Amino acid sequence: MGSDPIIKRQEWLVSLPTLVWLTLFVVVPTLLVFVIAFRPANPYGGIGAGWTLENVRSLWTPGTLAIAWRTLWISLLTTAISLVLAVPTGYTIARAPERWRNRLLMLVVVPFWTSFLVRVFAWKSLLHPEGLIKKLLEAAGLVGPETTLLYNPAAVVLVMVYTFLPFTILPIYATAERFDFRLVEAARDLGARPFQAFRRVFLPGIRRGILIAVLVVFIPSLGSYIIPDLVGGPGGEMIGNKIAQRVFTDRNLPQAAALSAVLVLAVLAPLVGVLVLQRKSRKAGIVMGESP
Amino acid sequence: MAEFLEFRGVSKRFGAVQAVDGVSLDIKKGEFFSLLGPSGCGKTTMLRLAAGFERPDAGRVFLDGRDITDLPPDKRRVNTVFQSYALFPHMTVRDNIGFGLTIAKRPKGEIRDEVDRMLGLIRMTDQGGKKPDQLSGGQKQRVAVARALVNKPDVLLLDEPLAALDLKLRQKMLIELDLIHDEVGITFLYVTHDQAEAMSLSDRIAVMEAGRIEQIGPPAEIYEAPRTGFVAAFIGDTNFLDGRVLDCPDREYCRLRIAGLPPVLGFNDRSILAGQPIALSVRPEKIHISHEEPEARPQRNAFPAVVEDVIYLGANTKYWVRAGGHRIQVLRQHARYVLDEKPLRWNDACWIWWHADDGFMLDPFRADGE
Repeated sequence: MGSDPIIKRQEWLVSLPTLVWLTLFVVVPTLLVFVIAFRPANPYGGIGAGWTLENVRSLWTPGTLAIAWRTLWISLLTTAISLVLAVPTGYTIARAPERWRNRLLMLVVVPFWTSFLVRVFAWKSLLHPEGLIKKLLEAAGLVGPETTLLYNPAAVVLVMVYTFLPFTILPIYATAERFDFRLVEAARDLGARPFQAFRRVFLPGIRRGILIAVLVVFIPSLGSYIIPDLVGGPGGEMIGNKIAQRVFTDRNLPQAAALSAVLVLAVLAPLVGVLVLQRKSRKAGIVMGESP
Repeated sequence: MAEFLEFRGVSKRFGAVQAVDGVSLDIKKGEFFSLLGPSGCGKTTMLRLAAGFERPDAGRVFLDGRDITDLPPDKRRVNTVFQSYALFPHMTVRDNIGFGLTIAKRPKGEIRDEVDRMLGLIRMTDQGGKKPDQLSGGQKQRVAVARALVNKPDVLLLDEPLAALDLKLRQKMLIELDLIHDEVGITFLYVTHDQAEAMSLSDRIAVMEAGRIEQIGPPAEIYEAPRTGFVAAFIGDTNFLDGRVLDCPDREYCRLRIAGLPPVLGFNDRSILAGQPIALSVRPEKIHISHEEPEARPQRNAFPAVVEDVIYLGANTKYWVRAGGHRIQVLRQHARYVLDEKPLRWNDACWIWWHADDGFMLDPFRADGE
């Protein structure tokens, strides 16, 4: 494949529009962000002349580091919780009778019918001190009247998991649906208890879906802005909020660019990691994630 | 030997389909036992009941005297070779074979030795590092057998293990399975729709149809003395002649009225009464054919016939002749075809005859498509 020069040229032609689009609207702006990160700010909120390392140096402050760290653990936790919820859900849907599968998938997709912003606001009113969830928990005696459910990192994780769960369930369902469940029977036949069969045979069997789910949750989580802004409060801020502050409040574009550059690198890191893993396993004889 | 794997009045229904219908079956220790039948006859359900993948609606399953009906698959000393092999795609051949031992938390060194031994048994010593998708069909099949056998199960269940292989490989694997059975001495329960596989491997065969067992016995008995019309039709070829019992002059033979033919003598091993409707089953190779009329003998059924179709197959020839309105298949084995035999041609008048012992009186039956 691809060694034929004519096919090769056709492949290029077909992917040309995409390449142009990506170059103009992704690669060039990203590079611009990296460039601006090394320029000084000017008092009018623009970009000054000359070059400086000041913006990069300013990243290494306790405040920024704390927020970077919080962004990382909130994203990791969101990814982990989403996976823990999505794997059994995907498994259940894949094992459901055919006529039930589409209905269950419908339920997963239903939230998309409402605007993302509206749904986050809905959570805000649910978690509000006078909101339904707070009142219910109070009535059940699980939380005192003093406890605040809103404006903390836990609220951010909760709403992020809620937002990203469908994106996690769908790829996991897609691979689980193609998974040969006779393999689970084979494992049980060979002495594996249900959970052992699940862990040793089913999970490796859907590793491609898990990988996609991780990328689909973790990367957008790192860059979240609206959720921490609306339900996070000062204690739940993430890098996205900091960038917005630099742009709109501080009117310091270069510092915003420096933060953005860090975020871009943080997003690229897991992607590169996956690519390296794939190359490695391909050399070992199997293509990671490709169902055999 | 006492029964080892025992089904006692087992039934299983899937929706509207009665897959297994009150089956009782005893399999002896060390036996190579086959469940033979067309697809949908319930043989695979029997296997899954033994493996623990299905629970019977009624009846019990015993293994070595212990009731295992309610045990999950992982608690049964029984292992399965699946039709699709179901090898774990993300594991090497070694890890596949060692899976059961790893789960059982056996020491690493012991697992290595046992896997080596199994790789030797299936003659794949140098293939242990490969992944299943790098193996040929026959190799996968052997790994599946090794993966099950390494756990030293009380019973090895084989679900059409050769169905996915081409004919040549199937014949090779057939011999190999037989050797493995002789070597390990484990009880084999083998499910197949292929009578040749069942006949060549089994100590005993149970022929199944519509969730019931039609006949149990050694291969020769199943073939030579089918108990039901279904068995006669399913195992090998046969001719069915429908008729009625005229009388039974002695204990061994009955005279039958079959339309278009003079009274036919049939072998009576079931104390059949006069007047009963029956189907007489005669295997094609039991019928003789010749241009000349044979001399009359007391137990000989002989009729004039006309050759309708001839298929020369080298070692033998298949003839279809018409006698008294019945189309009858005859298989003739050739000794020295060109030198000694005067070949029968299309439309030749001829005689066919068979010994009364070779005609079995069965309940009226029509095989599908006849």
